[in-house]
Amino acid sequence: MSIVERINTTARRIPTWAVYILYILPAPYFFYLALTGGLGPDPVKPLEHEYGEIALQLLIIGLCVTPLRRFFGINLVKFRRTFGMLAFTYVTLHLLVWAFLDVQTLDRVIADIIKRPYITIGMAGFLLLLPLAITSNNWSVRKLGPKWRQLHKLTYAAVILGGVHYIWLVKGIQLEPLIYMAVILGLLALRLRKSRSRVRLPG
Amino acid sequence: MAHRWTNTLNHQDITPEAAFLNRRQVMAGLGVGLGLAGLGGVAQAQNALEPNSYEDITSYNNYYEFGTGKDDPARNAHTLTTSPWTVQIDGLVDQPGEYAFADIMDAMTIEERIYRFRCVEAWSMVIPWNGFELADLLNMAGVQSGAKYVAFETVLRPDEMPGVRFPVLDWPYVEGLRLDEAMHPLTIMATGIYGKDIPNQNGAPLRLVVPWKYGFKSIKSVVRITLTEDEPPTSWNKANAREYGFYSNVNPEVSHPRWSQSSERVIGSGLFAKRQPTLMFNGYEDEVASLYEGMDLKANF
Repeated sequence: MSIVERINTTARRIPTWAVYILYILPAPYFFYLALTGGLGPDPVKPLEHEYGEIALQLLIIGLCVTPLRRFFGINLVKFRRTFGMLAFTYVTLHLLVWAFLDVQTLDRVIADIIKRPYITIGMAGFLLLLPLAITSNNWSVRKLGPKWRQLHKLTYAAVILGGVHYIWLVKGIQLEPLIYMAVILGLLALRLRKSRSRVRLPG
Repeated sequence: MAHRWTNTLNHQDITPEAAFLNRRQVMAGLGVGLGLAGLGGVAQAQNALEPNSYEDITSYNNYYEFGTGKDDPARNAHTLTTSPWTVQIDGLVDQPGEYAFADIMDAMTIEERIYRFRCVEAWSMVIPWNGFELADLLNMAGVQSGAKYVAFETVLRPDEMPGVRFPVLDWPYVEGLRLDEAMHPLTIMATGIYGKDIPNQNGAPLRLVVPWKYGFKSIKSVVRITLTEDEPPTSWNKANAREYGFYSNVNPEVSHPRWSQSSERVIGSGLFAKRQPTLMFNGYEDEVASLYEGMDLKANF
């Protein structure tokens, strides 16, 4: 049995709820660390950043599903919705920590969203994910039909906004957010090639 | 001339020692062998400043030459060689030259200054520095009449500084002050924290501290001080002039494009701590507002 087959067989055996539980564990873990001094003397910012970074990683993992199947035959499609829901969960946690523990008052939250472009962009990314989270269920897939696929392409825009949000919020030029952005753009570029070749096929 | 900074309170205003001494401050006092009978004690009573712990101050740092994470400097800065150390003082001075750190220490009077420290990222600490007034060092070199600004430069040693491999900023780190800001008695060169030699991650062996300005003005590990006629370039201003001005005075009314500056997170106060309102000139308005009389602080941010 090839490695790919082995991965696919294993993946078939793993229930999606197990992935969900495994990946949700960092949320209470980092919160516990923040409470008990494990994130240093300024726990709010590291907690906010941890949740945000995990969210971005999960969005990127979600983007990997299609290329993995197309180029390597690895089928993780059944987990894609799980990754998406997890990403949305972490984005929401990121937003809640920012709003309640960091900025703290509604007037400041609103002022920040309006005045600070990197926060405006982050907020836009969250809003794009909102309809995707709401329609991440079988009933919606049936109900929306082909529109569901179209709607869920919003992920591409949301993940780009997330990447820009990260680059923009750091001071100076830093490597890590640029690496994230490169990975995001690379994964999206794979899709561009696919759709272009599709267009060419009939000709 | 040490102890030039006096506060506006008189003896009747002095809180009985027992009322404001806390354990940490006693330890700090013992550490430097000064006790708290002097002016430093009065200043604390005036502002009820409780210093952050030594651990907080020395583990939460922005020193990008050692990495951009807050804990990177504490992890990486041990590689910096701080002895021997010389400071080149040049430009419009009577005695330009290389000043050995040991000689500077011999000539200066070290005192404790408990200052608020406010980062442009909207967090703050209270730090018990040990150091001397920059004015004393500048006077030692002899400031010439044409000098209007003071430029500072941080050491740049790629072998010892892993963070400079990537151009986060245009290295070396440079900063500057107007001469009257540099000569102000609140402006010090810090050489210690809590009575101990200043750790590398905090800018060993000597760094600038300008308590009414955002922390990035307080340049670390200084190797060069140049008296100039023209306003010197400053690192963050070069990186992003729209966001970081030359003055960078703490000002809750001038919002930064990235952070509202009206309030701050107090380091060490925990996950659920309320933000504190930021004070004009970081609480040193009485002492320094006169430096900027007639200036539009929104334009000269």
